[in-house]
Amino acid sequence: MVSVNLLLNAVVAGLLVGGFYAAVTLGISVTFGLLEVVNIAHPVFVILGAYFVYAANATLGLDPLLTGALLTPLFFGLGVGVYRLYYACFERKGEEALRGLVFFFGLLFIVEVLLLLRYGVDYRLVEAPYLGKTITLGSVGIAYRLLIPCLVGVGLTLALYFFLSKTYYGRAIQGVAQDSLALRLMGVNPVTVKAIAFGLGVATASLAGALLILIGPVEPSLGREYIGRAFAIAVLGGLGSIGGTLVAAFLLGVAESLTATLYGPSWALAVSFGALLLVLALRPSGLFGR
Amino acid sequence: MSEVLLEVQQVTKRFGGFQALSEVSLTIHAGERFGLIGPNGSGKTTLINCISGVLRPDAGRIRFRGLDITAWPAHRRTRLGLVRTFQIPRPFMSMTVLQNLAVPLEYAAGHADAGAQAWRLLEQLRLADKAHLRPAELTQIDLRKLELARAVAARPVLLMADEVMAGLSSGEVDEVLAILFALNAQGIAIVMIEHIMRAVMRFSERIAVLDAGVRIAEGTPEEIASNRDVEAAYLGV
Amino acid sequence: MRVLRPLAAVVAAVLLAYLLTTVVHNRYYYFAAYVVLQYVVLATAWNILGGYTGYVNFGTAAFFALGAYTAVVLLKTWKAALLVMVVAGGAVAGLLGLGIGYLTLRLKGVYFSIATLALAVVLQTLIMNWDYVGGATGYYAIRPRTVPLFDDYVAFLFVVMVLLAALSLSVAWAIEHSRLGRGLAAIRDNEEAAECLGVPTLRLKLLATTLSGALMGMAGAPFPYFITYIEPASAFNLDYAVNSLAMPMIGGTASWLGPLVGAVLLGTAQQVATVTISSELNLLIVGVVLVAFVILAPEGLLGLVRRRQQRRPA
Repeated sequence: MVSVNLLLNAVVAGLLVGGFYAAVTLGISVTFGLLEVVNIAHPVFVILGAYFVYAANATLGLDPLLTGALLTPLFFGLGVGVYRLYYACFERKGEEALRGLVFFFGLLFIVEVLLLLRYGVDYRLVEAPYLGKTITLGSVGIAYRLLIPCLVGVGLTLALYFFLSKTYYGRAIQGVAQDSLALRLMGVNPVTVKAIAFGLGVATASLAGALLILIGPVEPSLGREYIGRAFAIAVLGGLGSIGGTLVAAFLLGVAESLTATLYGPSWALAVSFGALLLVLALRPSGLFGR
Repeated sequence: MSEVLLEVQQVTKRFGGFQALSEVSLTIHAGERFGLIGPNGSGKTTLINCISGVLRPDAGRIRFRGLDITAWPAHRRTRLGLVRTFQIPRPFMSMTVLQNLAVPLEYAAGHADAGAQAWRLLEQLRLADKAHLRPAELTQIDLRKLELARAVAARPVLLMADEVMAGLSSGEVDEVLAILFALNAQGIAIVMIEHIMRAVMRFSERIAVLDAGVRIAEGTPEEIASNRDVEAAYLGV
Repeated sequence: MRVLRPLAAVVAAVLLAYLLTTVVHNRYYYFAAYVVLQYVVLATAWNILGGYTGYVNFGTAAFFALGAYTAVVLLKTWKAALLVMVVAGGAVAGLLGLGIGYLTLRLKGVYFSIATLALAVVLQTLIMNWDYVGGATGYYAIRPRTVPLFDDYVAFLFVVMVLLAALSLSVAWAIEHSRLGRGLAAIRDNEEAAECLGVPTLRLKLLATTLSGALMGMAGAPFPYFITYIEPASAFNLDYAVNSLAMPMIGGTASWLGPLVGAVLLGTAQQVATVTISSELNLLIVGVVLVAFVILAPEGLLGLVRRRQQRRPA
């Protein structure tokens, strides 16, 4: 029999991982959910962030979270650049469906192979003084390794939520998906707004990458696991809804953790995929969709 | 009056909190020329989408040629003779004009001799000299004619023409109007959704008026022209 | 007689390939040709859905590996003949295509693409945990010692792949020259308009995913015998997904010739490059060429050639 204690630990671990999943998914919720750009390369940007964090940690001894935060402007620029290219080559011509997808797939592949060429297939990890510590609440152990990514992930989600709903630019981003004509009448260029939003989405990847490598070691192809997972969360949460993303991330984290505890960790991946297919088949607007 | 072709019974459609259609009912008879008018956003295109199967209504029933088609997919409605055009033409961009016509001829009309039939249609709509061009090379009026020709190729019993004349010059409007009259003369019932009053009034035997998702009037063109409610809806009084 | 022409081409290709095996005896050529031909099948299969219908499948590796592992099961359980393995591999992968299609194709096309991306990862995890087929450690498929009419089993595998490649190309050719091909093109150009003009879009899309998946599975079925030691990492290699969409994109997606040209050029180049430079660098080049073509020459090599021909006669 599985003990209550074990289940409780699994639920807590799932919630912790869920907070981190939210951080990985935010970029997709913005780029795919709000802008309707099928940015399947997002998870590989997260891996790229993780490797930058690794490099700074291994050579300069920099703190992973600090590096992740410092890199956000760079990733913002990367995102703006990628969107400009995507817009000029595909969206403007109305060819985004087939070729845009292939474009992002090509990007994903190129970044992954570049990382492979530079760092090889070995797992890489980071060091920080707080890793390895654990606090115990009753019978539940909470590892810092999971707690810190969860807190940062939730913090990032809340920050994005308030940015999108309370600021001028945030509202413009939310508006651009629904009514770009109205924006144009207000004198705002929708392409600029989209580029900023896309940059913002990719910027979250450097922090998410730092969280990823805090949780565990990283190798170049790890991003592929997160494609299904992150899109499942984004769709489940109702595309473009940041609050929904957070709830869905917690749900999926707990579901995976319970599956791993009850049936073994190898089945956990199948959970996200199963969730994705189920949501698409039964309720494509997501659990919290409009 | 001749037999009933299409019966729309209290069709309702909501988008989120927005009520696009409220219990709209219509009856259209075989061979009839019917006009559907209303201000922008009154629900005309939503109604066409529900009738053609692009959208599923939230409530109400749709019967065509005596069959309840409310839950049918669009392609089966088309094969039964209920055909629509799109407001903004949606040609198959990778195909020539002739190949565009082949799609409905092969899939909806089931013609053994699709080629000859396509040419006959192109002649009728005066598009024959453009048969081998691609849609990107066509003018606005030719795109509209292609949209119409493609719908006619599906062998409609009832054709719903969604603003096929919008943005055309007065001479071009007359040309399209003549085509629609000719199609009607072949026995095809036609529902014309249009903003150009001159055209609708001249074409229609009966007209229904939608305003904010509600059918506010129906009658002959003369009755509609003198209807107070219609005037109010259009002038926003 | 439309059916006869591709059928004759298939028979001719197989006969020619067989005659070749009686003349050429260097095994390396058969290994190399097998890989290129395998890509011809995968690229052609991908293009039936991607090029003709406009739905992007990122999960070629999943369908390919499913074919390969179906073969492993048949081999281990019943010592089945290769032909049976090919048919069964095709059937199982076709069913997977049908299932995934049925669950996702009623929505916007991108969901299908996302689902196929996730599919490969999940299927790989499942296979890795399935001890019967070797799990993560892999499985040794011992080739039959002899095969009638052939001196060498590798030569036999080569002819089988010639058959599959010719078959795939004939299927693609037949689709292009039929009502089905026009229906799929209509879906790609404008799905809603196609549906409103009488095209049963869902049924045609399911047909295309099933057919495409089945061909990929057939290409995977001989793989255990070819590689003799099969493990999930090699069967689910992302290279299959990248190459099977890069090849049609580079050759041209509009006709059956495009994937063939792309697969032969890119496949041969990779065979040569793997010997001369590292395989990672080789993959990087594929990725860069793919992105370059998608941006600069969206109609592929065939499109470039056609455009030059159109410009000249004026």
